[in-house]
Amino acid sequence: MASIRELHQQLTTKERSAVEIAQAALDRIQLLEPKIRSFLHITADRALAQAQQVDAQIAAGQEISLLAGIPIGVKDNMCTKGIPTTCGSRILQNFVPPYESTVTEKLAATGAVMVGKTNLDEFAMGSSTENSAYQVTANPWDLERVPGGSSGGSAAAVAAAECTVALGSDTGGSIRQPAALCGVVGMKPTYGLVSRYGLVAYASSLDQIGPFGRSVEDAAILLEAIAGYDPKDSTSLKVDIPNYASLLKPDLKKSQGKFRVGVIKETFGEGLDGVVADAVLKAVEQFKALGAEVQEISCPQFRYGLPTYYIIAPSEASANLARYDGVKFGYRSESPDNLMTMYTQTRAQGFGAEVKRRIMIGTYTLSAGYYDAYYLKAQKVRTLIKQDFEQAFAQVDVLVCPTSPTTAFKAGEKTDDPLSMYLSDLMTIPVNLAGLPGLSLPCGFDAQGLPIGLQIIGNVLREDLVLQAAYAYEQATDWHKQAPKL
Amino acid sequence: MIDREQVHKVAHLARLDLTPAEETQFTEQLNGILGYFEQLSELNTDDVQPTTRAIDVSNVTRPDRLEPCGDRELILESAPDRDVNAQGDFFKVPKIMNAD
Repeated sequence: MASIRELHQQLTTKERSAVEIAQAALDRIQLLEPKIRSFLHITADRALAQAQQVDAQIAAGQEISLLAGIPIGVKDNMCTKGIPTTCGSRILQNFVPPYESTVTEKLAATGAVMVGKTNLDEFAMGSSTENSAYQVTANPWDLERVPGGSSGGSAAAVAAAECTVALGSDTGGSIRQPAALCGVVGMKPTYGLVSRYGLVAYASSLDQIGPFGRSVEDAAILLEAIAGYDPKDSTSLKVDIPNYASLLKPDLKKSQGKFRVGVIKETFGEGLDGVVADAVLKAVEQFKALGAEVQEISCPQFRYGLPTYYIIAPSEASANLARYDGVKFGYRSESPDNLMTMYTQTRAQGFGAEVKRRIMIGTYTLSAGYYDAYYLKAQKVRTLIKQDFEQAFAQVDVLVCPTSPTTAFKAGEKTDDPLSMYLSDLMTIPVNLAGLPGLSLPCGFDAQGLPIGLQIIGNVLREDLVLQAAYAYEQATDWHKQAPKL
Repeated sequence: MIDREQVHKVAHLARLDLTPAEETQFTEQLNGILGYFEQLSELNTDDVQPTTRAIDVSNVTRPDRLEPCGDRELILESAPDRDVNAQGDFFKVPKIMNAD
């Protein structure tokens, strides 16, 4: 379970070569995949070729970046040129992108070694990765349970040490919730911090790419490598990217005054598991012990986040997914009679149940006569949710709350009841609606030994404070040192 | 609330060919979900401006210069069907208009 820094040390002291590290990751994937099923495609050839390049750089005496030679998994909704990108959907079964996403291009430039593309809920719609058209990923802590979703493959792969770090995408909690359920660190950055060029669009006003790691530092290193302005993404922010990893300190000292932590009152209510509440409250005590000033914060509109999200996200999805029409790429139904049946059959056969459900919701909420009652109303409530956070961040540096109301649930438990599945994202969704950075890290285990996640939320572009709080907490605890027995 | 006939209509708008079983299931599930949305009416939003994007970025422009756009051959190769003829290389689709 080596960290990025440990692997980097092994490479620069020539204790191990990049090819040896890549091969070890590929061997572990080979060994564990029958149980975990995190990966949709294993990219062994590309991984070994990238590793050889890193070894050549080292042999030539060149300096290598921290991520050079580090095995990384990439969620299969980010386009990789020449490598299938299915988005967990039948409709993209044969899709081999003719271009590369900005994030994977940036990673390749640092010398990071992509070992494979990870499983996800179809089009990132889901909270358990059970909506993948291809396979169900197991939670490494209990193989009968789900890893969370939609980035369940990336979370499980990192938890099972099939790779060191991984990329996920988060529209309503799809990085943080699986990170919580798999006992790893996962971060959704500020909307616009990381380019989405080449990310298959789900809900464009919410989607954001972010890192998974087994430690806060690993996640911070990966975040720094993928963050930054990209002219190919018009929502990309023109801001300077700090050296996040260098800002990590084991205490919560600030240049002026105390570090202020707010606990979101409304998240401790109905539907929250007692064991999760206890673990989060203990974490709050830990923040006090670290010298933080802790206060309760009220975000009265927090609970309206879920219905707001399930109007906005499906509305945007219904428009974004209109492109899957069987004309230019992806699946087309067999010998359709005419153009209209080609559309309707291609989409009927290519999409799974949850994707169809969300397209239906979104088409309805955007249709004439309903737009004001649903979509416009949701956009207005979104403003109120944002205002809650604005008021909160006038008083505190970071907010904390549970990431997920429960620990990992059993596969099949919620698949027949879409609303109960949607409730998994109750605490992560408001963060996306407001475009804020949020991180989940391990803060305990339940009686069955399943990990519990603590969510830390920051103001716009205050990834530095979120990471500082997370790192100080992590260094004071040893939850992140536990590993699933596989 | 939404009835089966509306579900059928929405499916057509969304270009989805639903089976009768799916229509039945979606009618029930969509009603549950739309019912859940009702709680938003508890909030008075008369004087609230809608948020269309999380972080506002003003209009993004770039100089209008010709640039090569992707690899034409790779893009056409991804298509389910293509047609090469004297006029060029095209995506191919089934007939759009009926003869009758």
